[in-house]
Amino acid sequence: MTGAGADTVDLDALGGWIREFARLVGEHRDELTRLDSAIGDADHGINMDRGMTAAIAALDAAAPASAAALFKKVGMTLVSKTGGASGPLYGTLFLRVGATAGEVDELDGPGFAKALRAGLDGVVARGKPEAGDKTMFDALAPAVDALDAGLDEGASLGAALRAASAAADAGRDATIPMQARKGRASYLGERSVGHQDPGATSVALLVAAAATALGGPGQR
Amino acid sequence: MKKLINDPADVVSQALLGMAAAHPELRVDHENKIVYRGDAPVSGKVGLISGGGSGHEPLHAGFVGPGMLDAACAGEIFTSPVPDQMVEATKRVDGGAGVLHIVKNYTGDVMNFEMAAEMAAAETGVEVASVVTNDDVAVQDSLYTAGRRGVGVTVLLEKIAGAAAEQGRSLTEVADVARRVNEGGRSMGMALTSCTVPAAGQPTFELPETEIEIGIGIHGEPGRRRVPHVPARQVAEYLLEPILADTDFSGGDGVIAFVNGMGGTPLLELYLMFHEVAGILEKAGVRVARSLVGPYITSLDMAGCSVTLLKADEDLLRLWDAPVRTPALRWGV
Repeated sequence: MTGAGADTVDLDALGGWIREFARLVGEHRDELTRLDSAIGDADHGINMDRGMTAAIAALDAAAPASAAALFKKVGMTLVSKTGGASGPLYGTLFLRVGATAGEVDELDGPGFAKALRAGLDGVVARGKPEAGDKTMFDALAPAVDALDAGLDEGASLGAALRAASAAADAGRDATIPMQARKGRASYLGERSVGHQDPGATSVALLVAAAATALGGPGQR
Repeated sequence: MKKLINDPADVVSQALLGMAAAHPELRVDHENKIVYRGDAPVSGKVGLISGGGSGHEPLHAGFVGPGMLDAACAGEIFTSPVPDQMVEATKRVDGGAGVLHIVKNYTGDVMNFEMAAEMAAAETGVEVASVVTNDDVAVQDSLYTAGRRGVGVTVLLEKIAGAAAEQGRSLTEVADVARRVNEGGRSMGMALTSCTVPAAGQPTFELPETEIEIGIGIHGEPGRRRVPHVPARQVAEYLLEPILADTDFSGGDGVIAFVNGMGGTPLLELYLMFHEVAGILEKAGVRVARSLVGPYITSLDMAGCSVTLLKADEDLLRLWDAPVRTPALRWGV
């Protein structure tokens, strides 16, 4: 195979993605909470940090033997420890990523992209968001599309993930003028316009973490 | 931030320690943050569980006991509890007649309870029914929002459905009563001040000294509109106008009228508000059959109040009057 199929990510790199995401969530904890206090209930950074800290502790306690086991552990821990809407949404995302990745110890580019798209489908099934609702979907869907498009065009996984990260950032920024139609921000109606969505912001961190951990030194 | 706490990270678990110490008739599972009535499960009785983010006390744990809830799951402050808690509580309160989940309509609560119902069905086979409260007229109920929020009617529903379960009604019948209460109830709230989430350390929103927020939620989420601070009489009109415009409460068996404190407003002001509310209702031809005044579904230290009206009928009034023995509501025993 050429292009995307040539590079693979192993369990260390996949675990590194989760650890980098946890690090970014910790670093941006106060910013996520500040964004959430403008249009929500001021807990997104606190909850995500608690959930991801617990997920890392679970990974440290016992090293998972496959991609399925890794993401299932992360997903179940997020469901159990995060609460709010983020727990079921991020939990379902990782559970679906794991179920699709399967009992393997490495993924190639298309395999990773397929798993991430399954995660996106899980978010859609759980939260029923549509494009433009001002939710995490508005950053995640363009990122998954950009990843697929990059790989289709023959880019390396790293290059495709960097494009995905740029798409997630653009999707995050595009939530600013949107009027929220889901979650607590929807109660504000027009007053939600002009604020960046906290969920789209944490998704941009998730994709940035993938570009760092899977498109860099952990990649073979 | 000035609060009676030791550590912002431990507020919920330390409050549950106090709850256990003050109410030996309840059983508290500190690991899972679940408060049970002492004799749960009650054989042959439908089990009632509720739960939600903490910060709304006495809702929900203060309503655990004979005649009301069998268990309450406490989340972090303003954050839904997690499915593991609801699954555990569902197993522990099932007396063989099934379990009713009482859920306030917030995205997180609904999703976590949904996952819990799926998990409970798969793991245990306990029959679970759910009712979602959505009584807040401040929020436009449309396909383009998460729908109306669950607020004050949740308190009345837990009392009334609890009495129905205590009488030995079936899961279907108790769920029907609960839905009837939700459909017949409407609420509207307001804030004089913001609230401060301990872990955030500062007020959730800014509200100038000269302004009040109409249509506030119970999580410090901003309301419908901001208006200049006006006397209580005018505030009562701001709250009742959209409620009465939404639903016709006149005639019939009257209403249960509930003036609720948001946590930082003295009972003195709540009774003053009740007087204003009663005056407006009388003019509107709405008869007050029963009343409740006090801080029962709060928003931490927020100052302000909400008004809930519930259309009453003979059955609902009998269930309302039935004995209840919980930390926060107690009569007829």
